[in-house]
Amino acid sequence: MIPVMQTVSNKNGKLIIRLQDVERIYKVGVEHIHALDGINLELFENEYVAVMGPSGSGKSTLMNVLGCLDRATSGSYELDGENTTEMTDASLARVRNERIGFVFQSFELLGQLSALKNVEMPLIYSKNGWWTRRKRAKNVLERVGLGDRIKHRPNQLSGGEKQRVAIARALVCNPSILLADEPTGNLDSKTSDGILKLFDQLHQEGQTIILVTHEDFVAHHAKRIIHMKDGQICSDLSNNKNPRNKAVTQDSTPEEKV
Amino acid sequence: MKFLIRAPAAFIRLTYQSVYLALGQIWANKTRSILTTIGIVIGVASVTAVIAALTGLKAKVLTQVETLGTNSIFIQPRTPKTGPLQHASWWSIRFKPEHFDNLLEHCPSVSQFGRMTWVGRYTVSHREESVEGVTVRGTEPAVHKIDSRPVTIGRPLSVIDEMQGRQVCLIDPKLRNDLRLDRDCIGQSILISHHTFYIVGVLEARPENVFGGGDQENSEIFIPYKTSLKMQRYPFIMAIAESESAEVSDDALAEISFFLRRTRNIKPGEPDTFEVMSLQNALETFNKIALMVTMVAGGIVGISLLVGGVGIMNIMLVSVSERTREIGLRKAVGAKKTAILTQFLIEAIVLCFFGGLVGVGFGHLLTKVLASIPIIQLDMAYIPLWAIGLSFAFAGTVGIFFGMFPAIKAARLDPIEALRHE
Repeated sequence: MIPVMQTVSNKNGKLIIRLQDVERIYKVGVEHIHALDGINLELFENEYVAVMGPSGSGKSTLMNVLGCLDRATSGSYELDGENTTEMTDASLARVRNERIGFVFQSFELLGQLSALKNVEMPLIYSKNGWWTRRKRAKNVLERVGLGDRIKHRPNQLSGGEKQRVAIARALVCNPSILLADEPTGNLDSKTSDGILKLFDQLHQEGQTIILVTHEDFVAHHAKRIIHMKDGQICSDLSNNKNPRNKAVTQDSTPEEKV
Repeated sequence: MKFLIRAPAAFIRLTYQSVYLALGQIWANKTRSILTTIGIVIGVASVTAVIAALTGLKAKVLTQVETLGTNSIFIQPRTPKTGPLQHASWWSIRFKPEHFDNLLEHCPSVSQFGRMTWVGRYTVSHREESVEGVTVRGTEPAVHKIDSRPVTIGRPLSVIDEMQGRQVCLIDPKLRNDLRLDRDCIGQSILISHHTFYIVGVLEARPENVFGGGDQENSEIFIPYKTSLKMQRYPFIMAIAESESAEVSDDALAEISFFLRRTRNIKPGEPDTFEVMSLQNALETFNKIALMVTMVAGGIVGISLLVGGVGIMNIMLVSVSERTREIGLRKAVGAKKTAILTQFLIEAIVLCFFGGLVGVGFGHLLTKVLASIPIIQLDMAYIPLWAIGLSFAFAGTVGIFFGMFPAIKAARLDPIEALRHE
């Protein structure tokens, strides 16, 4: 068994995320559902984390809280040293714009817009990016390997290309963390490999990445794997030395692809 | 200090972004946008057309009044609305020449005054040519000064013509042409019925008259007042006066009424059997009517704009629910509530402005069409600048009013929920 703190302590980068006793409680009628039940988590710069767990384990809620789309009911969440718990909606929107990049399972590209326009979109809402948005969007699209498809609309792109556009959109504001929610969920395994390689490459370039997944082969690209169950973190393991550490975790429900 | 600079800058940026997004969205849904704005187009087109028509009518009336002189006062018999004389014949309430004797001395606000008779319609002939139904009027010399209808050739009727009751006349150019007289026909004689008259002058053609009586078909002949009494013992008499100035116009009216009541022996409490009307009065009446028409038209246009606005609101609500995921995504990548709100609000406003623009275009066309129909005499109709401004202001207000609710709905969407929306 590897202690939880080990993965954390052997990093000496900048602390990016610190969650302390974070709870998220939904009220459904008179019932209180603890979607997150006392999460403590620290994340450093340039970490590559996979969050796993069965459905209903609270990983989506964790993503929403980390992505500042949702607020913790109690506890504190520090991002880049700033406590987001007390922030106004407008400040949270700004945090999402400047520090967080989202990648969704179903890409969420706007159908009427070209790839370039889709990537430009976050810059429209940013304070400084407005005037340079075209150039920046082009650069990012080149970075994800779509430099030649910038004029294409989403329906003219393959699934993998769509996800690359979505990743480019997430990266265009230079976020502190890249949050990917099942980024390969809608893709076949070959395309998934390509996307995962892209994530590896981004990680090597210094990007902090958190991805939520069901699939072990996706999780194995990460350097750190967090398993969740019933709103709590039940294991937090380094993937560095022991690629087979899934055997140690108690509750994983393997759904490996054929 | 920094805030003072930043706040407007941020506002301008937000507006610019929103317009940019809105135009993109409208362009993406062209057909729908066009159909949605039809209500606004119709509303704005009708408001501009109505305003243009009224402006044209007003301009027309004003030019006419200018030719007649704003200080002119018209006096004619009129049956009262109440009392025993309500159904009196024109004969019993007609003016007699002596009713006006010494009017100028008793009415200090009146500067000029002249009687006019309507002798009747006669057949006028010159050699082989003859014209039927020519209106013959007797006028005192002062009438021409008040009526300021210039004599183009020859001279007007003079005081001597009047005193001696000469057989002289003024004709209008139409009659001259119809009788095939020379262009300079001064001194030539014509026959009115069987009386011989000598032409002393040719009048300018009468302008079309908005107040009615714009008699274009029949020609007119003016003869001295005294001569007309010889032709027709008891002609229909009316009078034209002019007040000293526009300010004392009301005084002049009152003085003339008072004077005429005395000369016509109307007892106190009995209604007037005549009408004293100044152009000033008529103008005011016209303005009142114009205002009323504007109000009624405004009400109708308001309703059509309301309907158009509801259309806009409906389509915006559809748009919001269709684009729920998009809104969720925009929020997730950092769009603030205000940004979403302005985006949808400006989309509605841009739609309305677009409708307004097309509407003003249609209104312009409509005005052109109206102006080209001769019988309604609206050739002076044009769209004043303020009407265009008003139309746009209306359209913008409708956009804000009806766009607000969908925009608020969009801005309030929870991003997590919105992204889960199917």
